[in-house]
Amino acid sequence: MYRTIFSNVGQYRKQAILTPITIIGEVIMEVTIPLVMAHIIDDGVSRGRIGYVAGLGGLMVVMALFSLAFGALAGRFSAVAGMGFAKNLRSAMFRKVQSFSFANVDKFSTASLTTRLTTDVTNIQNAFMMFIRMAFRSPIMLICATIMAVRTNARLSLVFLAAIPLLGGAVFFIISKAHPRFRKMLTQYDDMNAKVQENLIGIRVVKAFAREDYEKKRFKDNTDSVRRAQFMAEKLVILTMPIMQLVMYGSIVAIMWFGGNMAVDGDIKTGELSSFIMYVSQILISLMMLSMLFIMFVISRASMQRVAEVLEEEPSIKDNETAETMPQDGSISFRNVSFSYYNDMANLALDHIDLDIRSGETIGIIGGTGSSKSTLVQLIPRLYEATEGTVTVGGHDVKEYSLDTLRSQVAMVLQKNVLFSGTIRDNLRWGNEKATDEEIIAACKSACAHDFVVSFPDGYDTDLGQGGVNVSGGQKQRLCIARALLKKPRIIILDDSTSAVDTATDSSIRAAFRRDLADTTTIIIAQRITSVMDADRIIVMDNGKITDIGTHDELMQKSSIYREVYDSQQKGADE
Amino acid sequence: MPPKANMRPPAKPRNAFASLKRIFSYMYGFKLHMTFAVIGIILSAAAGVVGTNMLKPIIDNIDDALKTGDWDKDAFIGLLVVLSAVYAMGAVSTFVYQRVMMKVSTTTLMRIRNDLFDKMESLPVRFFDKHTHGELMSLYTNDTDAIREMLSNSVAQFISSAVTIAGVLISMIILSWRLTILVIVMFFLMIKIVGFIGSHSSKGFIAQQKALGTVNGYIEEMIDGQKVVKVFCREDKADEEFDILNEQLCQAATKANTFANVLMPIMNNLSYLHYAATAIIGGIMAVKGIGGMTVGTVVAYLQLTRSFSHPITQVSQQLNSVLTALAGAERIFNVIDEQPESDDGYVTLVNADITPDGTITEAPRRTGRWAWRHPHKADGTVTYTEVHGNVEFDDVYFGYEPEKTVLNGITLYAHAGQKIAFVGSTGAGKTTITNLINRFYDVPDGKIRYDGININKIKKDDLRRSQSIVLQDTHLFTGTVMENIRYGKLDATDEEVYAAAKLANADTFIRHLENGYDTMLTADGANLSQGQRQLLAIARAAVADPPVLILDEATSSIDTRTEALIEKGMDSLMEGRTVFVIAHRLSTVRNSNAIMVLEHGKIIERGCHSELIAQHGKYYQLYTGMFELS
Repeated sequence: MYRTIFSNVGQYRKQAILTPITIIGEVIMEVTIPLVMAHIIDDGVSRGRIGYVAGLGGLMVVMALFSLAFGALAGRFSAVAGMGFAKNLRSAMFRKVQSFSFANVDKFSTASLTTRLTTDVTNIQNAFMMFIRMAFRSPIMLICATIMAVRTNARLSLVFLAAIPLLGGAVFFIISKAHPRFRKMLTQYDDMNAKVQENLIGIRVVKAFAREDYEKKRFKDNTDSVRRAQFMAEKLVILTMPIMQLVMYGSIVAIMWFGGNMAVDGDIKTGELSSFIMYVSQILISLMMLSMLFIMFVISRASMQRVAEVLEEEPSIKDNETAETMPQDGSISFRNVSFSYYNDMANLALDHIDLDIRSGETIGIIGGTGSSKSTLVQLIPRLYEATEGTVTVGGHDVKEYSLDTLRSQVAMVLQKNVLFSGTIRDNLRWGNEKATDEEIIAACKSACAHDFVVSFPDGYDTDLGQGGVNVSGGQKQRLCIARALLKKPRIIILDDSTSAVDTATDSSIRAAFRRDLADTTTIIIAQRITSVMDADRIIVMDNGKITDIGTHDELMQKSSIYREVYDSQQKGADE
Repeated sequence: MPPKANMRPPAKPRNAFASLKRIFSYMYGFKLHMTFAVIGIILSAAAGVVGTNMLKPIIDNIDDALKTGDWDKDAFIGLLVVLSAVYAMGAVSTFVYQRVMMKVSTTTLMRIRNDLFDKMESLPVRFFDKHTHGELMSLYTNDTDAIREMLSNSVAQFISSAVTIAGVLISMIILSWRLTILVIVMFFLMIKIVGFIGSHSSKGFIAQQKALGTVNGYIEEMIDGQKVVKVFCREDKADEEFDILNEQLCQAATKANTFANVLMPIMNNLSYLHYAATAIIGGIMAVKGIGGMTVGTVVAYLQLTRSFSHPITQVSQQLNSVLTALAGAERIFNVIDEQPESDDGYVTLVNADITPDGTITEAPRRTGRWAWRHPHKADGTVTYTEVHGNVEFDDVYFGYEPEKTVLNGITLYAHAGQKIAFVGSTGAGKTTITNLINRFYDVPDGKIRYDGININKIKKDDLRRSQSIVLQDTHLFTGTVMENIRYGKLDATDEEVYAAAKLANADTFIRHLENGYDTMLTADGANLSQGQRQLLAIARAAVADPPVLILDEATSSIDTRTEALIEKGMDSLMEGRTVFVIAHRLSTVRNSNAIMVLEHGKIIERGCHSELIAQHGKYYQLYTGMFELS
């Protein structure tokens, strides 16, 4: 896990290493300056030697300037390293998510991925910066102070033998207990954020059912769980401070007791006793810093785990990136294909499908709600991987293509589609980065979108707002179709993409398709018979299986499901 | 809908003190706790100062023993006992104040979140049109986290530093007021430097928060649309755009943190300079005997100067987190201060007992019949009107933005139990009409009446409770299938839920889910197909059993065969209710009592199916267009 995460320090390794080095310089100054101070008091002020005081004072100023320079450099280096590391980490995660298949995204859920990319990365970044600044500082302080203490009086140093294990034991206990609690706290955070998110998305439903109070109550449960989890986790962490104080104060009292007795017996000088006390505080403060560091580390470990889970997740679809296979044509075939969302052959969404589609053919798919129509077509651009059997596009197994090639040849208009913030033109260019205005207009005309786009005051430069809130559902669907057309694909799949478009427009879109995309293999999933009845062949699906294939007339003869669907829509036309 | 405005800046706390005061106002009920906490902080800091000062008499005691050869061991033990007591008290106080502060800060945070959410729920739909989800989300994450940071660390740190500084300063003045002048000069110098670096650093932090907001917004949008990104192979492009934003964040953050990190060494070393200066000046004074200065005083004084700078450094370290927190708090309070959905309605929905002669009395229980309770301010009387579901529009004009009208003079009457359909091309204003019936958006008084009552007079919650709406974009909530259907009527029994599901023909597929009705739906029902989600939404509306039903493309993703199957259910669902239907599929609207054909916000044709067909107008074209290919 740590390797996965810390390999992202990357090009900032230099700064990450320079930080502790400059800090060592600063610490050395910090440890020696008090020695100079002692001299100023003992040999200077106490004896009234002003010249000596001024000389050492000057030395101290010089040392302070050095210390300042080291300190400032360390501050700069650690900021560069820490923020750079965070940048790399975010970038690595973002890239990883881009490489995920649909199945991977489903597994994490988008809300959780977002938290991991934001809050968790910030936690790790802060811990890391703290770590490179303190990880060396404290041990060096500790070592220097211990050496000085032992040199001053070895026997008295034995007090540490009792103090250190006590502190260490307590910190270890806290760390081991705190970790799972912090993990739990983060899960509660996820739940709370999910609640906020779904209220933002579904605010109209909440309001339509006048469920504001109900939602408020449920949110209060969420925040209360967060509060409790946070309290449980942090109440352990805050124990460190009083425990540390107890150990430190206990050591001072013990040293005073033993030291006092020794001093009276003449085994130690009182001056030495004073400085010994100073070393004790230095040692214990560094120890506390170390333990704080550990705790910080533990807190961020929960975040690190969550980040590592994302980074270590194997994309369930292996991209054959370097493959140069190009499809020969727009043909598609399914050979004995089965699919399960749970990778469980007992729970199949698609059940042993065999199907051949010729290049340039127009195929309609009709089937009941939940009959796996969408699942079937999502296997073609390899959005999901067939659990069993092979899917072939343009004469090659889909696995033989690089995903880029495959998906730029197979355009798919998803049922649940999204437009992004930016102008209409920006959104359309998703289909083709270099599309000219003419091409954009042509695509929009084919998708019957041109007319309404130019009716906006800003035309193609109209800002869509986040999620395309500034256009209606039907307009959104037509823009999504135009966006897909700009890819100039060999295969285009419309997954119920005209459900919000009125029938007249729907039929003009199909007419435009016949005119402009004669060579393109077209697959149309639809609820309306009229959307598919002029297709070359129509597939009827039921419960994950293909029950019938044929033209409209053939199906009217042989498929009872098809006839039922037809009758249900035809009713009324006959009146 | 109106374009989203960017609400993120003002990032700098404009009124820091007011925000601070407001955060503290959330600590109501914790007066005793806070008193304890403050006492604990003071005791804990005092224990440190007193403990350090007590070391001197102990050493003096030993020195005396060495000089006189006669050790007053009782006094020595006594001093150690007192020292132990002081220290023990210090550690206990630390424990107590931290524990109490934890309790206060976690609860305060919870209250702020709850308040924010409560407010959010009460804001008009218009507010959500104007702000992005990412923006609002970050109020709950970044901004509250910053407040947490401040409450759990900075507050205690400030108090304890203040106590230490005050204690040390008093000791210094007692020792030598002359040398203290130097300290004060030094103090102001330090404050100046902290101020200088602090202002740079806080500017940096504000830039960082802003960049962070942008990056998080981008992440949110891209991750949410991840599937579309994949379909379009936009992964590389997204990476590229992300890198640019990420780099900007990195630069802003590096700058901000560099300033913050440099502050500590500067303060530290400044204290060394201070020390050297004090030593030299004090030394001279001691030698010249100015102001009765002795060597002993200078030595003691020098020790104090060392403990003086430490708390100042600590406070300055906290400054950034305080500034970030206050900026976050201000953003949160801005939302809390937003104007909530105005609701001057005073006509409420009540259960009613209705006698055969038409007398209506209010009933304390569910009777299955409803009435509007209409108090009259003028004479103090109350009248009851039975809820029938009559809806009237009287020449309604409306636009989401003032300069762009969407509806141009809509007049219509829907009588109780009628099915009214809206037909027309996308953008003609069909959905807008339904948005006005449930007052997602408001129109001027008297333009829309519900059972003869001006809808602006009806309490919004009650108005909406009397209607069920099934939207085209179905939104489900995290919870079981059962809970999602029950959303329509919170006290529905299991049997009522099953009945509603059967009505919507959802029962069969629900029983096939992994855990049937107890299957958890996550992430807006991602594990269901679009059509299945719509069936659930219909069931949800059915269980509510309202007098008015609005179906906005409610069956668009349901195949017609299933639709035919649920038709009987839908028919019985619509039975006796006023129903508004929007559908592209004309077979869905065919049997309506009245069909309104809309174009550009105007009703261009109205009538029943056969009348409109006979008219050979737009409806006829649309209708025949549907089967032009057959």
